[in-house]
Amino acid sequence: MTIQPAREHLLTSVQMAHFVAHGSLRMDAVVPDDMNAQAVDVLRAGIPPVKYGTPLNEAFPEGSFARRLVELPQVAGALYSLVGPGPTVDHHAVHIRKPNEGHAQPLHGDAIIDVRPDAFDVQLMYYPQKVTLDMGGTLSVPGSHLRRTNESDTGRYQNLRGQTRLVCEPGTVVFLHHGIWHGGRRNDSDIARYMFKIRFNPTVRQLRLWNTDDLHDPEVVAELNTRFPWYEPATGRLEVYNRVMLWQALTGDDTFDPDYWVTRVSNRPQRIVAAG
Amino acid sequence: MSTLTQQIVRQQVLVLYLSTSALDSSVVGWSVYDGTGRTTPTTGDSDEPPYNTGVAALQDGWRLIQAAQLIPPYPGHEYDVSFLKHEFLFEKLVHLEG
Repeated sequence: MTIQPAREHLLTSVQMAHFVAHGSLRMDAVVPDDMNAQAVDVLRAGIPPVKYGTPLNEAFPEGSFARRLVELPQVAGALYSLVGPGPTVDHHAVHIRKPNEGHAQPLHGDAIIDVRPDAFDVQLMYYPQKVTLDMGGTLSVPGSHLRRTNESDTGRYQNLRGQTRLVCEPGTVVFLHHGIWHGGRRNDSDIARYMFKIRFNPTVRQLRLWNTDDLHDPEVVAELNTRFPWYEPATGRLEVYNRVMLWQALTGDDTFDPDYWVTRVSNRPQRIVAAG
Repeated sequence: MSTLTQQIVRQQVLVLYLSTSALDSSVVGWSVYDGTGRTTPTTGDSDEPPYNTGVAALQDGWRLIQAAQLIPPYPGHEYDVSFLKHEFLFEKLVHLEG
């Protein structure tokens, strides 16, 4: 997949700022019904594994279910906006929360602690079924993706104010930053809950890959300033600081600093004036 | 003739994460572990905290057994974000009849 999606399918700056603040981007019912109807059988049968870092073109044969999924215009547009052309497939997996299975996953970040300041992987999560609250939809914590924690060391945290317990219509796709805290919730229903995950690695610098026509829209700053109910107010300020640093990297604009927090703490004038 | 009943004591643990280091500040996160085995709290099982502040837990009979220390940031890592800082552990002792 090296063809650039149509501009109208790329993310806007406001959507990208939302991703930088939340660490996620949700696209409700974006996959058509006919694909959702096939999906559970396809996922049950399994999708052949690929070597880590396989180019997307090679990972999923043309016409395969996974290829059709990532070629849906809105999905392809979001993927391009986030990681650019020619991403590689890190890995993929079918996740099943079994009916009444009795336990939840601990809150965790995938892989290992990953603190890249100017690059990120994304994980696509596709839910082919309607997911109700008791079906163990994924728990995720908005705005947790920049926290420097390793895998399941966050397992003691059962619930955080403002957490997201996914409930969705069939065909919903969520893109997650690699660092987001998440976990499969306990499935208290009689229905197996399916989710297909693909992790993508960028192969280009993630620099203004989206539709930047609205780069100076005030909503960009508003999104980047989002605080979440689980933040301690003091740490919430540091979250904004870190988002500003990431936004500077993604836009190539190191003057972007709407609340002056980065500028203020890096102001160390060197000009010496003559003694009076 | 009297009947002897054996008292068994089990611990319930409540972990509250507060918005500042003050025990009367608001709850931002929570976990519960139940040594009686009567309930099985787990990840993502509630959107509403059991108490709004740490003091509200005290008023309901929870005993504070540990509070997070205030540790300055490591030099060079002052702007890093990581775990929640203000963790308070409480217990209740529950008497079960054996």
